[in-house]
Formats: sequence, structure tokens, C-alpha cells
Amino acid sequence: MSHASSSPAEGSGAKAPDPQRWGRRLTTAVFLGPAVVMLLVWLVYPTIATIYRSFFDKTGDDFVWFENYTAIFSTDNLTTALQNNALWVAVVPALVTAIGLVLAVMTEKIRWQVAFRLAIFMPMAISLFAAGVIWRIMDDKDPSKGTINASIGAVQDALGGSGGVLTRAKASTDALTGDLRTGFVLKATVQGGADPVFLGLTGIPPAQVPTDAVDANPQVEGPSSGAIFGTVWRDFKPGGGEAGVPEAGELGIPGATVELRDSGGKVLQTVETKPDGSFTFEYNGGPAKVAIAAKTFEEPFSGVSWLGPKLINPAIMIAYIWVWAGFAMVIIAAGLAAISREVLEAARTDGATEWQVFRKVTAPMLAPVLSVVFITMLINVLKVFDIVLSVAPASSQDDANVIALAMWRTSFGGVNDFGLGSAIAVFLLLLVLPALALNIRRFKREQ
Amino acid sequence: MAATSAPTPGSPVKAKNPALAPGRQKDGFAKKIGRWSRRAPLQIFLALIALFWLVPTVGLFFTSIMPADLISQDGWWKFFSDPSVATFDNYRAVFNNNDLTSAIWTTVLISVGNTVLLVLLSAMAGYAFAWLEFPGRDALFVVVIGLLVVPLQTALIPIFKLYQSTSLFDTVPGLILFHVAFGLPFGVFLMRNFFVGIPKDILESARIDGASELRIFFKLMLPLALPAIASLAIFQFLWTWNDLIVALTFGNDTQPITVAIFSQLRQFGSNIELIAPASFVSLLIPLAVFFGFQKYFAQGLLAGSVK
Repeated sequence: MSHASSSPAEGSGAKAPDPQRWGRRLTTAVFLGPAVVMLLVWLVYPTIATIYRSFFDKTGDDFVWFENYTAIFSTDNLTTALQNNALWVAVVPALVTAIGLVLAVMTEKIRWQVAFRLAIFMPMAISLFAAGVIWRIMDDKDPSKGTINASIGAVQDALGGSGGVLTRAKASTDALTGDLRTGFVLKATVQGGADPVFLGLTGIPPAQVPTDAVDANPQVEGPSSGAIFGTVWRDFKPGGGEAGVPEAGELGIPGATVELRDSGGKVLQTVETKPDGSFTFEYNGGPAKVAIAAKTFEEPFSGVSWLGPKLINPAIMIAYIWVWAGFAMVIIAAGLAAISREVLEAARTDGATEWQVFRKVTAPMLAPVLSVVFITMLINVLKVFDIVLSVAPASSQDDANVIALAMWRTSFGGVNDFGLGSAIAVFLLLLVLPALALNIRRFKREQ
Repeated sequence: MAATSAPTPGSPVKAKNPALAPGRQKDGFAKKIGRWSRRAPLQIFLALIALFWLVPTVGLFFTSIMPADLISQDGWWKFFSDPSVATFDNYRAVFNNNDLTSAIWTTVLISVGNTVLLVLLSAMAGYAFAWLEFPGRDALFVVVIGLLVVPLQTALIPIFKLYQSTSLFDTVPGLILFHVAFGLPFGVFLMRNFFVGIPKDILESARIDGASELRIFFKLMLPLALPAIASLAIFQFLWTWNDLIVALTFGNDTQPITVAIFSQLRQFGSNIELIAPASFVSLLIPLAVFFGFQKYFAQGLLAGSVK
């Protein structure tokens, strides 16, 4: 970088009457002109214009001093944006840097380092917008659709051992009526002491059959009189079989809630089925109806509402970290690789443990790289926009609001208040200004 | 400078000492088991992490090949219990949808057009900052560095008004020019830093031979600068391909793919069979560019990580 001061043109440039001077000026203008003009028109002029516009009201006619700026701190949905952005600044840059550091250190010595780093790095190529779409699929509340909730549900099932849930059961014959939400009711009325009641279900994958289930008993018998009894079972046998009748090899469904209802639909009694799916009601009254209660088909885990107002910010942050961790890892890994092996070996020879080597040697030598990553992420996080727009459904967008999004929605999202929008933009510019000072200082040091 | 010497994510750090390899073969079986069991937790942990990082994208792909009626009820992993449900109908629908195909075409035009223009302007300006002498050169370069951090939100409102009063609103050139302008600070910074590192003998001998600056630039410097140009081009290409906010602000009917998908997003639940394949199509080009040129991608990152 230090070559700049010794560029060859310098030596000859100072001589006073120089016939080639205008020619050289023309050359410079040709090389530099287009870029300078574009920067002036698209960056410098708009920045000045935005600052100017931020002191005027929505119509642009009235000069309002700092009213737009005070509005930033007093309008509800803008203060939410400020709070959220503060949360982003507090959480995300540190987490991304930490994850990048951990992954870079951990992968330094593994054999499939290349493959691993590619996998982590890949989301960098994807647009933040598309990453948002991807995570919207991951974050779906319904555990049968959302990947994260499905994983949580699977872990819960494994730990709780609650068996399956009959989420897609159907009646095996049309003797039963109803659906999963209402429960299944036997159309015929029943009376105590009569024949067994057969409540057959199908549409139950083997994985959903409770693990303690045993074969249903085809010759189920009740206690002679004064009782209504029967079986709830999986009316399915590979290779056919008769529908509506329990047969050998067909599993009972344990733990199903069976209801006895009077003719008006009022629930008189409830029991749970045994491992072979059998149940018994002590009952001597008039004609009644038997039903498998809706409770049987209820989901025990209904899913975490990632995209709801409470968790929307963490949900978006996870998606964002998923994108940027690879960046941190690659930059930090390059910094790690640059640390001299001899220094590390010397520390190890002196008897330092790996943790001591990391803390006392590696970490201090990495500090400049870590700060570059951290500051880069800080600036990125201040400007976060696309991913909020694509992860957050319209209903949670107010809760997920951030400064850059608030600026856009205020200016172009229907309100069209260019005065307030300009003020938010200037506010954002002010927030990133320290980075400008940092960049310039770095350049000056290199000179 | 960083761009020429930095390792890429792909290149293994020199951790393995080849001298150790023969010694390893002499290790006993028990020792091998011992080493493996010490390392296994780390390997398993890392494998889980890698899985976590891959699943979302893989999930998008499987979502995109599930029939519409299935995906509205089930997760993408149902594909594994019944792979026969896979269908490319969704993709056919994307390519039969005129809005989406024209959006893809618009995206290509904007990305390629602005990348070519940006590389040319950045290289020329970078060369001027590195090797031409003119008054106020360093001061001007400091201004360029300062412009690096300007958020594009700062320019949206004035440029919106400017575009509406000219005929640039809702046009491909309007979008291209905006992207080029905002790519310039980084581009000039990157190219200038590259050119400064070129040995001055090369340049001086060409100047003594009487070659014009333009000739030196196009015949000598540009070919030398190809690695830096590749980094810059890939960055700018991905940046514009993936842009949402600029196109959303300065376009109505001129929609790149991100905006087209965004307008479908309002009915996320009912449109997933269109959104998923369209999103996946929009990923394919960046992923191909990324895997094809990852070396330059990483170099660009390392060269200018404070943007």
C-alpha cells in the first residue's frame, strides 16, 4: 500500500512549463471523470438533499426544524424500530463473531475442513431475501410443516415417549361419522348388554400407533348386562381383511378417549381404552351413543409460534446469523492461518495447555481480525432490511420493525412522508459515521 | 495486499505436517482408537452443525418439488417417506408464468449490465488513483473511502424524485446506474489497492516506450488486474442479483426476481408452491457463481471487509 507515494508520475509532475500538462489532465479526466460524476449525482447530491429535506414536513413546503427527528423518538412504531435495532446491535455482531471464531478454531485441524467451511459459507451467496423465504418455511408454527417445530416435537416425543398422535385417522367404515376435530360418533344407538361396539379407525401410520398397543381381541366380551363395551382398533391388515370387524393381527389403540353420550349429545361417561383397545362403560340407562372423543386426535405439541409477535425478532436473527456466520468464519480462519506456527509451538513447548495457548497467544493475535468482523457486522446490522421483510409475515412486521425498514415504509410504503423518511435516513447515516472515521484512519495509517 | 495472498475458504490451512504422516502408521491399533474417541465428539458436533447449515436450503428444494396440495399440509421431509410424490409441475408453473420469466430476464440484464459498467469505471478510477498524478488525489480518495459507508437509504428519496422527473423511473438503466454508483466506492477502493501493488518498473518501461495511458491501461493493466476484477465482478453481480430494496423503490413493472417473489409473499401459505421453486431458481445462479468462483469471492471479502 505504501507504493502510492512513490508513483512514477510524481517525479516529473512538478516542472513548471510542461507541454504535456493539458494532455495529462485530459487523461486524468477520462479515467476519473465517469466515476466522479456518478458519485456526485447518486451519492453526494442525494445525501445533501436528504439532509435538507429532513427539516421539512411531509408536503415539503414547511420548514419544521427538528420536528421530524423528535418524531423518530416519539412515534410508536419508530421507537419499536429503535428498540429492535438496539437489540440487533447488542446480540448479533457479538454472536456472529463468536460463532465464526469457534467454527474457525474447531475446523482448523479436521480433514473435511473444506467441505465444512463451504457448507457454512454457502448462505452468503444467497440473497438475504431468499434466506428469509427459506426460514419462513423452517419457522412455520404447524409441527407437521415447520422444520424447527417438527424437530422440537420429535425430540419431545422421544423424551416423553407419548407414542404417536393419530393426526390423520379416518373411520374405517361409514358406521362412524365425524372428523378429527369433532371426534368419531357411531351412528347407531347402543344399549347395555348388547353386542360389542366396534369403533374401527384407519389412516394411522405404524409410527403413530402407541408403542404399548397389542392385537385387538376379536372375541371381546362384556360383563353380561349393565354395560356397554367394545374396541377401538386399527382396522387395517396388510393384504386386506374385513372392514368393521377386529381380526387377528390388527392392533388395538390404547389410550383413546371414548365417550358415552345421551341422545342430545351430552357426554355421560368417558373412559380410556386398554392396550388391546377395549373399553367398558357401566351403564343401565336408555339408548345412548358411543364416540371416540376429539381429544384422542389432539396434538400434544402445537408448535412454537416463531413468526408471532413475541419470537419474531429472535427468529429473524437466527436466519441472519445463519447467513453471516460463514463470513466471520472465513475471515477469522484466514487470520488464524496467518499466526506463526513457531510462536504457538514455542508456547506449547513451554508447557502451556491448549486453552492457555488459545487465550494468551491466539486470541490476542486475532484481536485485529475479530474487530474487523465485529465492526463489519455492526454496520450490516444497522442496515438490516430484506430479511425482516421476508421472514416476518405482515401481521408481525410492526413488531419486527428496524430502522432501515421503518425508513422505507415511511417513505414508500403508503404513508409517503418524505420529511420523516429523510430524517430516519439521516439518523441511520449518523449511526454509521463512526465507521467512516475508522476507515479513513486506517487509510491514513497505511500511507 | 490482502487480495492476493489471503487463503480461500477452500484452501486447507497448513495444519498437517507431512513429516508426521509416516510416524502415524507405526501407531498401534489401541492408540488409533484412543485418538479417534478423543476426536469423535468434535467430529460429531461439527457434523451436526454442518447439517443445521444445510437443512434450510435442502428443505427449500424439497418443498419446491412437492405437489401443491401436499405441501400445504405436510413438511418437505414427507418426500423421504414417499419419493414418488416429487413433481416438477411447480417449476413448469414458474417457467410458464410470464411475470416470473420476465423477472428472471430483468434480473440478468441488471446484474450483467451493472457489473460490466462498474468494473470498467472502478478499474479506470482505481488506476487513476494509483498511477496518475493530479492535484488533490489523496484528498479525493479519502472522500471515496468516506462514501463507502453511506447507507443507500440516504439516497432513496432524492433519487426517487430525480428518476420520476426524468425518464429513468421503472427502467433497467435506472436500476443499473443506481447500483453502479453505490458499487463504486468499494470498486474504486479495491482496484486502487490492487494497482498500487503492481511493480512500477512494468509501468515505467511501458511509459518510456511511449505508450499512451489508455493503451497501458487496456493492454497492460487490465489483464494484470484480472484477479481483482474477478473478485469485484462476483461481488457486484451477487449484490445486484440479490437486491430487493433498490428495485422495490425504483421499479413498478420493471421487476427483478426478488421483487416478483416479494409480491407473491403476501399470500405465503397459499402460494408456497410458486414461491418455493421461484426462490430456488433465484438461488441457482448465485450458488453456481459462488461454487465456481469461491476463491475470488473469499478474496474480495478479505480485501474489503469493512464496507
